Amino acid sequence: MKMESNTQPLISIKDLTVHFPVRKSLFGKRQTVKAVDGVSLDILAGETLGLVGESGCGKTTLGRAILRLVDPTAGQVIFSGQDLASLSSSAMRAQRQHLQIIFQDPYASLNPRMTVSQIISEPLATFGLARGEERTRRVQELMQQVGLSPRFLKRYPHEFSGGQRQRIGIARALSVDPSFIVADEPISALDVSIQSQIMNLLDRLRREKNLTYLFISHDLRAVQHVSDRVAVMYLGKIVELAPAKAIYARPLMPYTKALISAVPVPDPKVEAARTRIMLEGEVPSPINPPSGCRFRTRCPYAIDACASVEPALVQILPNHFAACIRISSKQPDIERVAPGAAPGLNHQAAHLHA
Amino acid sequence: MPKSNGNLLSVKDLCVYFKTEDNVVKAVDGVSFEVKRGQTLGIVGESGSGKTVANLSIMRLISEPPGQIAGGAIEFNGRDILKMSPRELRDLRGCHIAMIFQDPMTSLNPFMRVSKQLMEVTQLHLGHTKEEARRHAVEMLEHVRIPDAPERIDSYPHEFSGGMRQRVMIAMALSCKPQLLIADEPTTALDVTIQAQILNLIQKLKTETGTSVILITHDLGVIAGMTDYVTVMYAGKVFEQAPTPELFERPGNPYTKALLQSVPDPTSEQGKLFQIPGQPPDLANLPSGCPFAPRCRRVEEVCRREFPPFVRLTSNHFSLCHFADEVYAESAT
Repeated sequence: MKMESNTQPLISIKDLTVHFPVRKSLFGKRQTVKAVDGVSLDILAGETLGLVGESGCGKTTLGRAILRLVDPTAGQVIFSGQDLASLSSSAMRAQRQHLQIIFQDPYASLNPRMTVSQIISEPLATFGLARGEERTRRVQELMQQVGLSPRFLKRYPHEFSGGQRQRIGIARALSVDPSFIVADEPISALDVSIQSQIMNLLDRLRREKNLTYLFISHDLRAVQHVSDRVAVMYLGKIVELAPAKAIYARPLMPYTKALISAVPVPDPKVEAARTRIMLEGEVPSPINPPSGCRFRTRCPYAIDACASVEPALVQILPNHFAACIRISSKQPDIERVAPGAAPGLNHQAAHLHA
Repeated sequence: MPKSNGNLLSVKDLCVYFKTEDNVVKAVDGVSFEVKRGQTLGIVGESGSGKTVANLSIMRLISEPPGQIAGGAIEFNGRDILKMSPRELRDLRGCHIAMIFQDPMTSLNPFMRVSKQLMEVTQLHLGHTKEEARRHAVEMLEHVRIPDAPERIDSYPHEFSGGMRQRVMIAMALSCKPQLLIADEPTTALDVTIQAQILNLIQKLKTETGTSVILITHDLGVIAGMTDYVTVMYAGKVFEQAPTPELFERPGNPYTKALLQSVPDPTSEQGKLFQIPGQPPDLANLPSGCPFAPRCRRVEEVCRREFPPFVRLTSNHFSLCHFADEVYAESAT
C-alpha cells in the first residue's frame, strides 16, 4: 500500500513561519506566539506525509498555513511553480480547487442547515465545475465513493453518526478533484471501530484518485499506519523526519523516542516488559520557547551546549533527518554517545557555513 | 462494614433504562461485573456501549427521570448501594468511592480556588479543621507531583494545564483514601506523554494505598498496560469478561477479536487495516437477536434470531456469543 519511489515534491515548504500576536492583558506587553517557526519540508506527489506532535506544537497551524487558512508571517509554500504564501487572495481562491482540507470535528465542520447534497455540491458551484443534472450525478457518485448511500442526498448532518459525517466531509473535499488534502485529525473524534473504516477509506481514495495527503494527528499508531513518511513537530519546529517504518523502529531524536515509548501498545506482554521514557513536566510555552534546542528542558540527554545551539534538521541516516546536536551520522544512537559529547555539533557548523 | 468474599464491588444484573418520548433506551441491560480488592478492572467499549452509565450507577449519579435503575444490585463491601439512604450515599461518594472524569475542567468548579475545593472534601468527610484540611490538601498535591504545591494551591483551575488539572482531580478523589477509584477515560483528553505520566501516577498510588480501580477507556493499549481483568461492553451488554492477558491472547468473542484487529499495531507489518463494518448500534432500535450481528463477520442465521448465551469458557472467562466456544478455540491457534 505504501509507495517507495522517489517522486517530485508536490508542495515545497520553505522556512515557513507563523507568529500570532498576543497580549496577556489590555495594557500588557505585546508578545508573539511562535506557532510555526521556520519549517522547511517537501511533500512528495502521491505520498501521505504524517505530521505528529502534542497539542500546541503547531501542527494544525502548519497545515492551515500551507492552505493559507491562516496567513504565514514569513516563508514560502511552492505549489505548481507558484508561491501560495504570496499570492493575492483572488489568485489563491483559484488554487483552492486543488488544495482541500478535512477537519477533525465532523459535528462542527458541516453546516447543520444544509442537506448533504448541498454540502457536497457547494464547492462544485463555487468553482463552476458542474451544474444541474450533472451536479446531482456528481454528488451521488461522490457519496458512493465515500461509502454513503445516495438515498441520503436530502438528509441533514444531524441525521448521521460521527463516522458518516466524516465521510460527508471527505466527499466535500473530493468534489473539486483536488491534488492535495490536509487531513487534520480526521479520526480523533471517532470510535475505534470507525477509525479503521475512515483510515482505509482515505487510503483507498488516495490510490484511486492519485491524491497527496498531509495527515495531521496526535495518534502515533494511526499516523504510522497511514503514512509513507512521518514528520515530528515540537514547539513550532520539525525535529525528526523519516520513513514511517524507520521512525517507529528506530527513532533518533530523544523527543521522538519518548513520544513513541509513551504510546500504549495493545499487548499486555509488551506493556509489562517495556520501560517507558517518562518525560518530566509539560511542553513549555511557545511565547517564550527555550533557547537552543526547544526540547532541552525535558530532554534526559540535554547538555550545556543544547541551550546555546539551535539544532538544524540534518540527515543522520539515509532519508532519516533529526534535529539534535548529540547525534551524528557516525553515531546515530544517542544512548551510545559519550557523556557530554555532541558529535552533531560539527554537522551544525557545516550547516551554518553551507 | 461487613466484608464479602474478596470482592470489593459486585454489580449484579444491573439494568439502567432511559425513557425518551417514544421509546425506552436500555443503556445498561443486565450487566454484571466484580472488582476484587487491590485489583484494576478495565471496561472497554465504544460510545453508547453503556460503560459510563454503568459506572455512574455505582455512584448513584443517574438522574431520575429520565433515567431509572430498573433492576439488579450493586454490592459494595457486601451492602447494596441501590438500597442506601441519601445520607449513606453521601458518605459513600465522599469517602469510599471516588470518581475522576475525562474532562477535568468541567468537573472542577472554575470559580473556586483549588485549595478550597480540596479542603471542602476532608472538612466535610473527615472532620478536618481548616488548618488540617489545608495541610492535607498541600500534601495531596505534592503526592500527585504538582510542583510548588504550597504556592500553586491557591490558583484557580484555569491556571493549570490539562494534565495538571487531571492531577488535581486525582488528588481530590484520593483525599479521603477511597477503597474504589472509578476513572472514566481519565487520559483521553491528554497528550500521550502526559497520559503516560497520569497512568503512571494512578498505578503508583494504587500500589501505595491498595485502592481498587475501575478504568474505563476505549484504548486497548491502556487496558493492556493497566488492568488485571477486562470487561468488554457493547450495546449495553457485557460481551466478554476475562483476565487481561487471556483476553488479548485468546479472545472468545467476535467483537473483541475485531476490536483488537482494528487497532494499528506499530510493531507489525500490516497492509489494509481490519475494519468492523457498519455503525455502532442505535440503542433505541436494537436488532432482535445479537446486537452485534449486523456487523459481525461470523454471523449465522441463529444470531439474528436469538439472543446469544453468556458462555463460560474457563473459570473466569466468559463470552456472549452463540459460537463462543468455537471462537475461543480458533483464537488458540
